[in-house]
Amino acid sequence: METIFIIGGSAGSLKVLLEVLPQLHHHLKFPIIIVLHRKGYADSQLSFLLSTKTNLKVVEPDDKDILEPGYIYIAPPDYHLLIESDKTISLDFSEKLNFSRPSIDVTFSSAAKVFKENTFAILLSGANADGVAGLNHVKANNGTTLVQNPVTAEVNYMPLQAITQSKIDFVLNPDEIAAFINKLDVP
Amino acid sequence: MIEPDLIKDEELESLLTEIAELYGYDFTQYSKASIKRRVNRICLIDKFTSFAELRYQLIKQHSYLQRFIEEITVNVTEMFRDPSFYKALREQVLPQLGTYPLIRIWLAGCSTGEEVYSVAILAKEAGLMHKILLYATDINPSVLEKARNGIFPISQMKLYSENYILSGGQRNFSEYYAANYDFARFNDDLKEKMIFATHNLVSDRSFNEFQLIICRNVLIYFDKDLQAKVFKLFDDSLEHLGFLGLGSKETIRFSKLDKHYHQISTEKIWRKQKEEQRRFKTDFT
Repeated sequence: METIFIIGGSAGSLKVLLEVLPQLHHHLKFPIIIVLHRKGYADSQLSFLLSTKTNLKVVEPDDKDILEPGYIYIAPPDYHLLIESDKTISLDFSEKLNFSRPSIDVTFSSAAKVFKENTFAILLSGANADGVAGLNHVKANNGTTLVQNPVTAEVNYMPLQAITQSKIDFVLNPDEIAAFINKLDVP
Repeated sequence: MIEPDLIKDEELESLLTEIAELYGYDFTQYSKASIKRRVNRICLIDKFTSFAELRYQLIKQHSYLQRFIEEITVNVTEMFRDPSFYKALREQVLPQLGTYPLIRIWLAGCSTGEEVYSVAILAKEAGLMHKILLYATDINPSVLEKARNGIFPISQMKLYSENYILSGGQRNFSEYYAANYDFARFNDDLKEKMIFATHNLVSDRSFNEFQLIICRNVLIYFDKDLQAKVFKLFDDSLEHLGFLGLGSKETIRFSKLDKHYHQISTEKIWRKQKEEQRRFKTDFT
């Protein structure tokens, strides 16, 4: 397992995920990590909701869980999610970054350090610039950067920031995202 | 913005080893991804332009060590964080502890004390204050000073009050503190049974036997080997049938304790089994 696909999003991105997840292959050979901004307890049901949309295993990981292919990991509410060099997950309850915990920047950057050019990171709809710095780190490590087409985003601030401040490899419409991920699965 | 590449892995390793040798504070088994962010953060806050500058300051300026420890350790905490955890303590753990003549609780890595005051409130409401001792420890002396004072920002009280109610609290939360401008000063009767002391989970030994150990969101900063070592320390410090409470994303699943502790609820609370039950379990598994 060499590849990692990370999805970051804020306001308006849940809708996109609900469209993407049902179209994913059932046996992906790499893990997906989803980092969404959400308000603490109000929607701790997120992983349950997403699990109803796919046959892939959707989990909110514990600290030190090992990344497994074919799993979708949801960053738990109120923790930053980091990746260690042995491909285990470290959770962190340090200060919020960009007013966010989990912060998309933290996960993008830490995954890029470990997975290097095999890091794929996409930023979806949102009203905040969290994730943009992370995309730059993905790029600096020769990974692939993607962004939801701002025209299709419910809140276009986040994808627009990404496009203006980072070097973006692919701008995708929501209905193209699953196909992109599935294609990575075929060597 | 974070610049994770400011520090190289090998440089960090050697700095942490040097600190351990020079000062006896051993951070070498902290989770790498996380401590790297912390070291990076302190470089930004204290305006070091290179890693070498930080290193020079740490090695030559002994007084800087305290500041380093304060910034490297995460001291973000809340009262009644994860209210369902406190609800389980209130409903499933404290009634059991109430049967003991003296109750010793250890809050390890208590930081600025918000959780210690939360547990004190639970103990008071369970009518156990007269026979309880709350040992609260942290590696960092300056956060313990704050914990001892029991003065927290008033701006947090709305959240804490909501958490308190969700944890099953039925009183008016504001009874527990006196508001003074921007701060809430918690009542002295909550502090009477608290004992604060510095304790380093990495290097210090067990110092008592407890019926309940609470250590939440501390182990996430340790690597697996260090976690195993700390779990052994907790095991050595827990009476039979004692309870261990961890953070909502922490688990004993990867440790040896897994065999002779069982989780008592859907919360991250485990109970140590009696010796006979342990043998029984080993014989038949």
